[in-house]
Amino acid sequence: MIKTDVVIIGAGPTGLFCAHQLGIIGLKCEIVDNLDKIGGQCIELYPDKPIYDIPAVPECTGEELTNNLIEQIKPFKFNFHLNDRVQEVTSENENWIVKTTNGKEFHTPNVVIAGGVGSFEPRKFPTKSAEKFDGTSVLYSIKDKTIFKDKSVAIFGGGDSALDWAIELSNTSKVSLIHRRDEFRGAPASVQKIKELSEKNIINLFTKYSIKDVKGNGSLEEVEIKSEEGESKILKADYVLGFFGLIMRLGPIVEWGLNLDKKVIPVNTENFETNKKGIFAIGDICTYPGKLKLILSGFHEGALAARGCFKYARPNEKYRFEFTTASNTIKDRLGVK
Amino acid sequence: MAKIKYIEYSGKEHVAEVQNGLTVMEGAVQNDIPGIDADCGGSMSCATCHVYVKEDWYDKLPKKEMGEDDMLDQAYEPNSTSRLSCQISVSDELDGLEVHMPEKQV
Repeated sequence: MIKTDVVIIGAGPTGLFCAHQLGIIGLKCEIVDNLDKIGGQCIELYPDKPIYDIPAVPECTGEELTNNLIEQIKPFKFNFHLNDRVQEVTSENENWIVKTTNGKEFHTPNVVIAGGVGSFEPRKFPTKSAEKFDGTSVLYSIKDKTIFKDKSVAIFGGGDSALDWAIELSNTSKVSLIHRRDEFRGAPASVQKIKELSEKNIINLFTKYSIKDVKGNGSLEEVEIKSEEGESKILKADYVLGFFGLIMRLGPIVEWGLNLDKKVIPVNTENFETNKKGIFAIGDICTYPGKLKLILSGFHEGALAARGCFKYARPNEKYRFEFTTASNTIKDRLGVK
Repeated sequence: MAKIKYIEYSGKEHVAEVQNGLTVMEGAVQNDIPGIDADCGGSMSCATCHVYVKEDWYDKLPKKEMGEDDMLDQAYEPNSTSRLSCQISVSDELDGLEVHMPEKQV
């Protein structure tokens, strides 16, 4: 069990800057994110896309912004809990007990939800029959590639994950690669390699096809694919892999008793607290009159939510506003002279 | 200004008058028309504003820009008339446009 002043859910730009503001006012926090890296949508959706509306930064990419924010909170040495997701938030004696999927437990007076549009999950096959094999022979990520040795594997998708795995597994497995159009969005070198492997009949390539059905008694035996014209083909398959990118889902947040307006959480604009005392929501996931889904708005919301947290984390102290340029206390916290 | 018909997967129709310069996605969201999620807010990063454009309209629309097809790969059941509605800008020429929503967005 970890005791802390604040648990931040989401390590995107908003969560990171809120952590910075907590550090500045002398509070501790723990940051949880479902992704395996820090940066949220900035790093998962557009690491290379330039952003032009960060104040005083004429242009930067999602990755640069993330790296700068990480650098900015380094002095505070906050812990990140990546690849983990907050599952449960329950109250106990003025505190929140926060439990994660990986079995971590935090006790804290404050929870800041900076969860963007929710947590990222792999996009799955639309076919109902694929659910029966989900996790056994229909997979959306690969943990142990040795299970595919000498097996027939049907890989769906046109991005780097699909292409890289098709190339890699073609060494030891019978690979079919199926994609809905004849252009691929993977790296040009990988696309070239796939074409070569297809010409040598090492990979069976099916473009302009998508999944129709998966079949098997007990274990998976075959996958049926269809073209847009309705023509279908049956491929032998021990495993079916889908690489269609990630989707965002609100996930367990809907079960914490918070008011929700469609997929977002209404907050007050004084400290961005939700209808639950000590639970705050900032960034894309919160809503209020005039809300803009801009990173800069998330920064503002995080700064005010941090002050809101102070009240519950230090009930016997009075929060005193200070500038970083003038305060020696803040300079000590930052480790600068 | 263009009148745009949004048809839900169930067949339920909604007609909205959408101002020039807005996108077909924004037209749906601002008029509370269900079936278009637009999780990323229109930055072509999520494929949850996917629509099927009525066939005779598909060719009349400005062509897809780079990246839209890459996102459509990740949409739910895309086909040859699929578009991301956040990438269709509304103008007078689009008056009468019909778009069908997929069964779901994710």
